[in-house]
Amino acid sequence: MTTLPDALGHFGPYGGRYVPETLMVALNELTAAYHEARDDETFRIELNDLLRTYVGRPTALSYAERLTERLGGARIYLKREDLAHTGAHKINNAIAQGLLARRMGKRKIFAETGAGQHGVATATVCAMLGMECTVFMGAEDVRRQSLNVFRMKLLGARVEVVESGSRTLKDAMNEAIRGWVTHVRDTYYLIGSAAGPHPYPELVRDFQSVIGREARQQILEAAGRLPDYAVACVGGGSNAIGLFHPFVEDQEVRFIGVEAAGEGLSTERHAATLSKGRPGVLHGSKSYLLQDEWGQVQEAHSISAGLDYPGVGPEHSFYKDTGRAEYVAITDREALDGFRLLSESEGIIPALEPSHAIAYVAKFAPTLPKEAILLLGLSGRGDKDINTVIEALGVG
Amino acid sequence: MSRISAAFTRSRDDGRVAVFPFLTVGYPDYDTHLALVRAMVAAGADGIELGIPFSDPLADGPTVQRASQAALAAGATPAMAIDAVRDLRAAGVEVPLILMGYCNTFLAYGEGRMVADAADAGADGFIIVDLPPEESDAMLDRCRTRGLDLVYLVAPTSDDGRIAEITQRASGFVYCVGVVGVTSARDALAAELPGFLQRLRAKTALPLVVGFGISRPEHVRALRGIADGVAVGSAIIDVVESSPRSERVKRVQDYVEVLTGRTEASV
Repeated sequence: MTTLPDALGHFGPYGGRYVPETLMVALNELTAAYHEARDDETFRIELNDLLRTYVGRPTALSYAERLTERLGGARIYLKREDLAHTGAHKINNAIAQGLLARRMGKRKIFAETGAGQHGVATATVCAMLGMECTVFMGAEDVRRQSLNVFRMKLLGARVEVVESGSRTLKDAMNEAIRGWVTHVRDTYYLIGSAAGPHPYPELVRDFQSVIGREARQQILEAAGRLPDYAVACVGGGSNAIGLFHPFVEDQEVRFIGVEAAGEGLSTERHAATLSKGRPGVLHGSKSYLLQDEWGQVQEAHSISAGLDYPGVGPEHSFYKDTGRAEYVAITDREALDGFRLLSESEGIIPALEPSHAIAYVAKFAPTLPKEAILLLGLSGRGDKDINTVIEALGVG
Repeated sequence: MSRISAAFTRSRDDGRVAVFPFLTVGYPDYDTHLALVRAMVAAGADGIELGIPFSDPLADGPTVQRASQAALAAGATPAMAIDAVRDLRAAGVEVPLILMGYCNTFLAYGEGRMVADAADAGADGFIIVDLPPEESDAMLDRCRTRGLDLVYLVAPTSDDGRIAEITQRASGFVYCVGVVGVTSARDALAAELPGFLQRLRAKTALPLVVGFGISRPEHVRALRGIADGVAVGSAIIDVVESSPRSERVKRVQDYVEVLTGRTEASV
């Protein structure tokens, strides 16, 4: 599994490249540039230096003592991506791709964003590297995440508000790809999730794997052994694949991906692609997809903008089919409970995305023996979600 | 000889650039779409691209996106595209009918079933915008088995290696993307288009059809001698959108007559 994808970007039957011909040469060039950079000591040193001095890595691994006591089961460790610069794991990938873009001689960057975390991370990197940044964001997400829109503008990015379709991440990505088709010769498309056409799922996974590599070493130091479970939320799936992948050969570590069940899996309003979808093609790769009988892509729903996506990265589809990972789903309501639970018991206000993973852990940990170890990917902090939570729960 | 080859033989003999209008099936509704297609054939269209509407058309600009959304909202399905082929043949339409769409529609319908149903209905081929040669082996085999053409797209950004790979697989014609961008009606042809077409011509004897950005009779005239055909989509949808209901069919027919050179009036 560590050797995937194949040369054309396939993870078993998933992945690949399903894009207009106009983009194919650019994707070939990106693949070549990425593989060259990956093997180049100078690139690695520069990236690691920025991850340390700018992002603030390694991020902490925190033992969640009060949460563990409260749940009364497995010992819970939090991998603290909320402590990374800009407040989420997205910066790991944005900074690496920013360096890659510079190496390829591109000064213009396009990105799509859902919750705005990837948009903020990309705008941040562009400000630091002196690049021109355009972020495509659905109008509905602009409304839900106004703080992040303001942050992006402060950082000098142009925010392109997308009014088509469900006006969320799916449509932002459509528009970003259309924009890239038009400006492919001088623009770098900086995808934020481990999705899209090859080489993005591979490249984003590799750049996010810093999460799992650190966590693996940290948990060995803290607990003296590997965890029994690694749990992370899955929208497109970049933080989950980044946490899981470095453990992929450790068969004793079970992976659990937590999707958004929205208003419930029995309703039409959810974003549980792996739980309820079937294979299809969206945004350039084959993967599980929420679609109707005719292949029209369905609108996803989640209280969390970052999980509000009808597709998922192809490697997760492969993990699902091979049984390497298990995928479960948590409702909006349960996620809000998870949000409060971590805030109250650990003094950490999580983003609504990882609140789904926390909510699952709240149900799962009590069923495990006290000596079990659970590693939870805390992908981001919750400041951006305060308005949404106030709307949902009321103030006070 | 296939209908597609015959169509190019005819247009070459006449010294014309063949005109392939595109219109989304079910837009503005199923029956009007059929009436519009028949009017375009009466206006001298050499073949028709029947668009299968998809929820997330990555290569399309706002005009085709709107038509796709309207068709879907009116209940259009891929099965309806097969029905349209059958109904057009029953109505005596003899020109090539090519189904154009996106991968996921074919996957959901079943590639094998789509090829079989399309062939039985009287279709001549497919254009799948997001199916590059790398991912097309299975579909190509199915098409060859049923004698349908799988038309590939080539873009100005395609390098010589890709052009060789594509032209070796292609049959029917090569769809040349006229601009680096998405579909839409544009005022002028891209400056690099003649050079791009020369590059292709050196690699293949297949007919070259230019699409994306073609909207005016002078575009068609400018391509005489360097391309064999044009595909026109957004500009036709623009005519439908801007016409009163009762005038749609006539105005689309007039517009296509100007493109095919049957009338000299400027549009």
